[in-house]
Amino acid sequence: MTAKISIRGLEKAFGGKAVLRGLDLDIGVGESVVVIGGSGSGKSVLMKCVLGLLAPEAGSVRIDGDEVVGMSGSAREDVMRKFGMLFQGSALFDSLPVWENVAFGLIQGRRMARPEAREVALAKLAAVGLGGEVAGLSPAELSGGMQKRVALARAIAAEPEIIFFDEPTTGLDPIMADVINGLIVDCVRDLGATTLSITHDMVSARKIADRIAMLYEGRIIWAGPTAEIDESGNPYVDQFIHGRAEGPIQMQVFAA
Amino acid sequence: MNALALIGRAFLGALATTGRLTVFAGSAVGHTVWPPIYPRIIARQMLEIGYYSLPVVGLTAIFTGMVLALQSYTGFSRFSAESAIPKIVVLSMTRELGPVLAGLMVAGRVGAAIAAEIGTMRVTEQIDALVTLSTNPFKYLIAPRVIAGVLTLPILVAVADVIGVLGGYLVSVNKLGFNPIPFLKNTIDFLEFDDVMSSLIKAAAFGFIITVMGCYHGYRSRGGAQGVGAATTNAVVSASILILTANYMITEMLFSR
Repeated sequence: MTAKISIRGLEKAFGGKAVLRGLDLDIGVGESVVVIGGSGSGKSVLMKCVLGLLAPEAGSVRIDGDEVVGMSGSAREDVMRKFGMLFQGSALFDSLPVWENVAFGLIQGRRMARPEAREVALAKLAAVGLGGEVAGLSPAELSGGMQKRVALARAIAAEPEIIFFDEPTTGLDPIMADVINGLIVDCVRDLGATTLSITHDMVSARKIADRIAMLYEGRIIWAGPTAEIDESGNPYVDQFIHGRAEGPIQMQVFAA
Repeated sequence: MNALALIGRAFLGALATTGRLTVFAGSAVGHTVWPPIYPRIIARQMLEIGYYSLPVVGLTAIFTGMVLALQSYTGFSRFSAESAIPKIVVLSMTRELGPVLAGLMVAGRVGAAIAAEIGTMRVTEQIDALVTLSTNPFKYLIAPRVIAGVLTLPILVAVADVIGVLGGYLVSVNKLGFNPIPFLKNTIDFLEFDDVMSSLIKAAAFGFIITVMGCYHGYRSRGGAQGVGAATTNAVVSASILILTANYMITEMLFSR
């Protein structure tokens, strides 16, 4: 299996507190990997280190075999063209109407003409089940679920090779969460993209993942096909997927 | 020993902040000259910084000019030097009060708005989203604001200078019994090119300070609404202090020639 993304020995600390402690993870071409883990386990940090939004202290991240840690400037921008990202809070630009949000990467990142980019944006909005009537609205006028759809349309607008999903279903009702999960599965299949998602929603993880990896104390402690997660034989994984307060994982309820 | 450690920590902290700010400002300047440049956004920011600041800057200038005429009359009439009033008004307005007061008002209005907008974009991950869409936030968010600030403040200050002199004129003619024509002739004859240049140089420098401080504090803000609030306050306070400091330094630089 050729790895699209290959992460080795990734370390990141904040003010002396180690969050990632030598994390290894491979994601194959066209594979959909979901990283699960508790709140504050470093899932978002992992994603931001791969994207270059945070600089890791040690370790290597290779994308298509190219080392991206320490890359900057235009080389970094070129690598980013392979990426699409769906942010947890949608992170839509509130100064721009919906269609310009979706077309942003095309207009600014790829210098596409505005009328042409608008056509693409409308097509992508249709792909996530939104009609042309929302195109001119401001993101603040949309509900949370609709914002998530717009953010998904923005993430897939430039037809990226790799898409990251940061807690795609957090804050949505179960039905809307299922709709978003369905859209993610469809979009990824249509594009043939490689994806990395982070979530603590097991329903979502089971629906979108080919492979699930569990992050605990800064390392991947278990990884395997989605079908095998119930027979992992790993007490940490068992505790997490069944959502039990009792077990080897001790949640830090009170600040240390 | 503890007190020494405190002093040392404060000193090192100040040095670190100065360094970060210098790197940030340098980077901002670098991105203003390196393409891509976004003319559409620069135009929108110029409108925001310049046009919408006109009422507040105009009001500040007219009242300053009016009070300047009254106060200098109080002083100069004691030794029969009332004829100096037009000169005092025009010189004070262009060299000092026009740029400084306009700068402070714009720092409060625009510096705060920039810090709040960029700060909110930071805490809602919109700046991270820009990066993932292959857009450099320095080029897209910061450079256009800095360019707009440096270009717009001189225009704004030129208008403030004229309105300030007009304020002095209105009080002198209507209240202090000056003749209109000699007052204006005195004003225009006395004013030199260097005075106007000094005003505009200061304005451009203040425009740079206001926009860079707004962007810097917004860009570095952390931790939700409270962080954005702190960024806004810091942007206005630091810009105001830097404006007053830079004002003295520029005055001295131009004075020695």
